[in-house]
Amino acid sequence: MLAIDLMLWLFVGALALAAGMRGRVLLTEGARTGVTDFVHLLPRIGIGVIGAGFLAEILPKALIAPWLGAESGFTGILIATIGGALTPGGPVVGFAVGAAALKGGAGAPQVIAYSTAWALFAVHRLVLYEVPMMPPRMVWLRALVCVPLPFIAAAAAMLVGKP
Amino acid sequence: MNKPHPPRHRRRAFDWSTAVIALLSGAAALTVYWRDGPAQFLAVLDSDLWLFAGMVPKVLAGCLIGGYVALLLPREQVARWVGHESGMTGLLIAMAFGFILPGGPFTIYPIAGAFLLFGADAGTVVAFIVSWTLIGYTRALVWELPFFGADFVLWRIALALPLPILAGILARIAVRAGFPVKEPDKEPDLATGKEP
Repeated sequence: MLAIDLMLWLFVGALALAAGMRGRVLLTEGARTGVTDFVHLLPRIGIGVIGAGFLAEILPKALIAPWLGAESGFTGILIATIGGALTPGGPVVGFAVGAAALKGGAGAPQVIAYSTAWALFAVHRLVLYEVPMMPPRMVWLRALVCVPLPFIAAAAAMLVGKP
Repeated sequence: MNKPHPPRHRRRAFDWSTAVIALLSGAAALTVYWRDGPAQFLAVLDSDLWLFAGMVPKVLAGCLIGGYVALLLPREQVARWVGHESGMTGLLIAMAFGFILPGGPFTIYPIAGAFLLFGADAGTVVAFIVSWTLIGYTRALVWELPFFGADFVLWRIALALPLPILAGILARIAVRAGFPVKEPDKEPDLATGKEP
């Protein structure tokens, strides 16, 4: 984990240097944008991470293994995919719930289907960001062709037997 | 139609999805407290706070990387390059940019819009967005890794590697089969990638 922090911060340093060499304005503007995003995100991540721990604690563990366990096969993948698409957005919610389900006995392919579907379809991201910023028909095309992807990712995980 | 440099997307301090999650979290926390007692409640809170503390420096780094890349990236150059490449090369380049570009949805979608403006076809834009969503490395490092650990995340990404290309090809097939992606009159012709 420390190595990853170090790598990320080295990257920040290199980018700041590149910006600084082009001028002081660029250096401060980049930092300002980054810090503004950070301040905006921090409470959301806090709520997401702390909330996810409690949500994981009350997830009905008795139901996870039979419905989403490694033995649940395609039905489990289908349930996980629908659940992922319906999970609200925000930066961490889908990962947090997926990790909780994994600890609670869900199979890896099912969890991959869940987090893939959440990443591709999370309703709030689609409606709040993608539709206003892209031509709407482009968004619907994107959503349409992404429907098979969670199933393919899960099937690949089953075939490989990993993670 | 999006311009390469749209005005910065306004974000409100309050949003409904955060509110819903906060409510669910509060209810879950209360349930744990009443059902399992204060000791269990504190144990969960303690492990969550450690996880959160570990994420904070990564998130700050990720935000700063996003801020600088948004400024330094020669967007028009990139968009022109992606827009003029077609076929499999276009898909591969779009996927590579989706992988390396940091930032949240408010930096990615304007770039995808710029690709369209410079003549990229629908398949290329789809490959870019799917690539950013599923294999983008900052997302994985900053958000996914703390929850799942390196082994799980690396395998998930390895398995997702072919998906952006596949989605791009599916989008091209859909357009060829008559998906009405071309907006009447004002949009570039996404089927051929040519400006009208």
